Amino acid sequence: MTDIPFLSLAIWVPILGGVLVLATGSDRNAPLARILAFAVAVAGFVVTIPLYTGFDTSSSAMQFVELQSWIPRFNINYHLGVDGISVLFLLLNAFITIMVVMAGWQVIQERVAQYMAAFLIMSGLMNGIFSALDGVLFYVFFEASLIPLYLVIGIWGGQNRVYAAIKFFLYTLLGSLLMLIALLYLFMQSGGSFSILDWHQLPLPMEPQVLIFLAFLIAFGVKVPMWPVHTWLPDAHVEAPTGGSVVLAAIALKLGAYGFLRFSIPIVPDAAHQLAPVVITLSLIAVIYIGFVALVQTDMKKLVAYSSISHMGFVTLGFFMFNQLGIEGAIVQMISHGFVSGAMFLCIGVLYDRVHSRQIADYGGVVHTMPKFAAFFMLFAMANSGLPATSGFVGEFMVVLGAVKFNFWVAFAAAVTLILGAAYTLWMYKRVVFGKVANSHVAELEDINAREFAFLAILALCVLAMGLYPFPFTEVMHASVDELLRHVAVSKL
Amino acid sequence: MNFVVPDFYPAAAEIFVAVMALVIMLASTFARGVRWLGYALTQLTLIAAAFVTIFTMQGEVSYTFSNLFVSDLMGQFLKLVIYFSMAVALLYGRGYLADRNIDKPEYYLLALLMTLGMMVMVTANHMLPMYIGLEMMSLALYTMVAFDRDSGRSTEAAMKYFVLGALASGLLLYGMSMVYGATGSLEFTGIAQAVYNQAANQTVLLFGLVFLVAGIAFKLGVVPFHMWVPDVYQGAPTAVTLVIATAPKLAAFAMAIRLLVWGLFDLAAQWQTMLMLIAVASIVLGNLAAIAQQNIKRMLAYSGISHMGFVVLGLLAGVVDGDRHFALNAYSSAMFYAVAYVIMSLASFGMVILLSRAGFEAENIDDFKGLNKRSPWFALMMMFVMFSMAGIPFFIGFFAKLSVLQAVVAAGYFWLAVVAVIMSVIGAFYYLRVVKVMYFDAPEDTSEIRAPAELRVLLSANGLAIAALGVAPQMLMSLCAYALLASL
Repeated sequence: MTDIPFLSLAIWVPILGGVLVLATGSDRNAPLARILAFAVAVAGFVVTIPLYTGFDTSSSAMQFVELQSWIPRFNINYHLGVDGISVLFLLLNAFITIMVVMAGWQVIQERVAQYMAAFLIMSGLMNGIFSALDGVLFYVFFEASLIPLYLVIGIWGGQNRVYAAIKFFLYTLLGSLLMLIALLYLFMQSGGSFSILDWHQLPLPMEPQVLIFLAFLIAFGVKVPMWPVHTWLPDAHVEAPTGGSVVLAAIALKLGAYGFLRFSIPIVPDAAHQLAPVVITLSLIAVIYIGFVALVQTDMKKLVAYSSISHMGFVTLGFFMFNQLGIEGAIVQMISHGFVSGAMFLCIGVLYDRVHSRQIADYGGVVHTMPKFAAFFMLFAMANSGLPATSGFVGEFMVVLGAVKFNFWVAFAAAVTLILGAAYTLWMYKRVVFGKVANSHVAELEDINAREFAFLAILALCVLAMGLYPFPFTEVMHASVDELLRHVAVSKL
Repeated sequence: MNFVVPDFYPAAAEIFVAVMALVIMLASTFARGVRWLGYALTQLTLIAAAFVTIFTMQGEVSYTFSNLFVSDLMGQFLKLVIYFSMAVALLYGRGYLADRNIDKPEYYLLALLMTLGMMVMVTANHMLPMYIGLEMMSLALYTMVAFDRDSGRSTEAAMKYFVLGALASGLLLYGMSMVYGATGSLEFTGIAQAVYNQAANQTVLLFGLVFLVAGIAFKLGVVPFHMWVPDVYQGAPTAVTLVIATAPKLAAFAMAIRLLVWGLFDLAAQWQTMLMLIAVASIVLGNLAAIAQQNIKRMLAYSGISHMGFVVLGLLAGVVDGDRHFALNAYSSAMFYAVAYVIMSLASFGMVILLSRAGFEAENIDDFKGLNKRSPWFALMMMFVMFSMAGIPFFIGFFAKLSVLQAVVAAGYFWLAVVAVIMSVIGAFYYLRVVKVMYFDAPEDTSEIRAPAELRVLLSANGLAIAALGVAPQMLMSLCAYALLASL
């Protein structure tokens, strides 16, 4: 079993498959491109399944490790491995890719092959980010994944797509290039190693720790995104096509949060402890202030985008309280948010495909014409506001519990999100779905077709399953989170 | 006094190219009607010269012609890259020149003489051949820029290039004379010896150094000696721009290594400070000015200035507080950057040539509009080039930046790395804009792309090489390091 390089497969099957899809060429072959893309996406998911079934939950060590020399000149290795923190994201990523391919099936009529290929390649690159154990390898995947998303937003996006695409790219590039300098510094300090695991053990004085932490904070903070560097996200979300928004919300945002767990916290624990109040403050601002911002949005996608920022604030909050509940809750929240925000964007996509508007004011009474859709949308809206029995509840509850241990007032402020989240999500839902049929467009709406039903139903199952029985998720990460906390408790000075 | 016959063996390639240049001159005189002859012979000469260089390669450093000439691995490696880039550049440019009816044999003759000049530069161990090589290269280039003699813009560019180039040569010569005055030697090893023994007059020496750095900076095209770059790049026929933007950068790099590292290594602290100013100014100005450009040749010119700034960045990270063990790492990363830049630059101007045709110059960034609709394949190739230049992985440009930044960080210049990185983000903007017009905009010009098959094939190979070398950069990196190791 262990001889098969599943991680490499998870990375390269979608990428090479994407190249293959690209080779189908012009739109005359669009049906072929779609089917091929679907097959590749499914194959990409299938190769990640053994990562979960073969995962040893009792160990916190890296598993499925692959190590090969890549650029010996700088001691850069093709070093892959997953632990309990990262393994779930590979599955989530591969899974979301299937949803995206399905969601773009009919909507995308132009340059189909390029669209599908972009998502498949992106999926492979992001798997690379989650499994890289070499600093440069991580960075390479981290940067390269910007290219397909830039193209997706720019080519298939809305009115203001060019601005959004370039803003997205430059924001993330600035952050990650500063991180590159931190990586090079660590390379030098560790006597010529780019191995992340070596860096975890590397003793560092306080001053460089703080600087490295700040470099990482900018890189990952932009990606998460944290307040006040979040402004690229609403733009990107609004302009991106549905598939782009889904990947952005479900996976791309997790890269930043994952970076905190893999880099910032274990490599510079002392700085992380010292600067935790800063991060917690920024997180709480994101949770509360951005929650209020979401409340006043008139554009559905923007509203969900702000809700994402607010939810991701919860994630960073969970990390920097340094207790088991907080970190595990945050990871659960990340996965749940992957399902829920993906589903929310897909739902908005379903409406947008029919009416070509994202404005809340253009809707009303959708339940009368699209009852099946309204039911699914209801479930996801509830999950987004953190209703018990949905996946959204589990993570938020764990983080709030963790926060109570940490500091009552932090917990109190964090818990406000439960009210705010419900307020903006359900108010939006009410205005869109209930009430009288608002206009002729809504009156002519057709309910979801079998394809749309399929992906919404699968996501609904995931949301419910995770909400009712989160054990399979927490079980996987337990040992690794334990180890992380033990590691962080020891000073590196 | 007895006459010693020098050892010709180490200089076999130079002699071969010189002889072939004469052969081509004669052949093109006697066979005027055969238009392809000059081109074919030149290409053959470049290929054969590569073989000669490889077969006469010696592991150790050897001197000949009374120490005027040095044959070492760095020189041979750079010569090979120079042949390669000249051959590719001539191939890309051929159709372009034919469309404008200027593909005369003389053009290829000049290109070959220019190659010879560069070869002399990279193998010079003495101020005199260095200067001769430099002038040989430059004079051939001035003429090539003016080759489209009916074009006012080309003539203007050539004039500008010539006047400023002559000024720079003058500065360089002045610097050389001062160094000679201070050290009593024109030979690099002799200069190094004199400086090491502190036998030289420091004031004169430092004055000379300033002028030498100015001369090198002019040839590299870095701030503050960059003024000619955008004008000449824009004014010259694109095929010639392609030549200017590639191989001469390598020759200038070799000049920097020979003059500064071989000759004046003990003054590293001084020239590194100068290079620091040059590097920062080039990276900042190059990237900022490129944003404002509408003309793609001008944009690439400014981008070239910033890339050369990165090369200089690698050159200045060699010695830290008198500690020299960073030198190999730093200079080899600079060399890797220069080679990577040549490969990217070839492809970028190759793309401009691809879109040009008889009676139409693809010059503006807008000429790339909607390229993805017209030719998805070449849009992809151009995207590779742009992302590579912006330093995004998996392309060679990223590893070039990585290795230079690594050298800079290892030398402890964090602020330099931060400046370089922030300017890279600003630089990414204009590369992204090219990708934007290709992919996000509708085409204005929907005519089919007509280009010779060899251009299409080689340009595709060039684009793919940028990606392939980004996935597997080890070979080229260690070649650069190995070539320098033997020469330092």
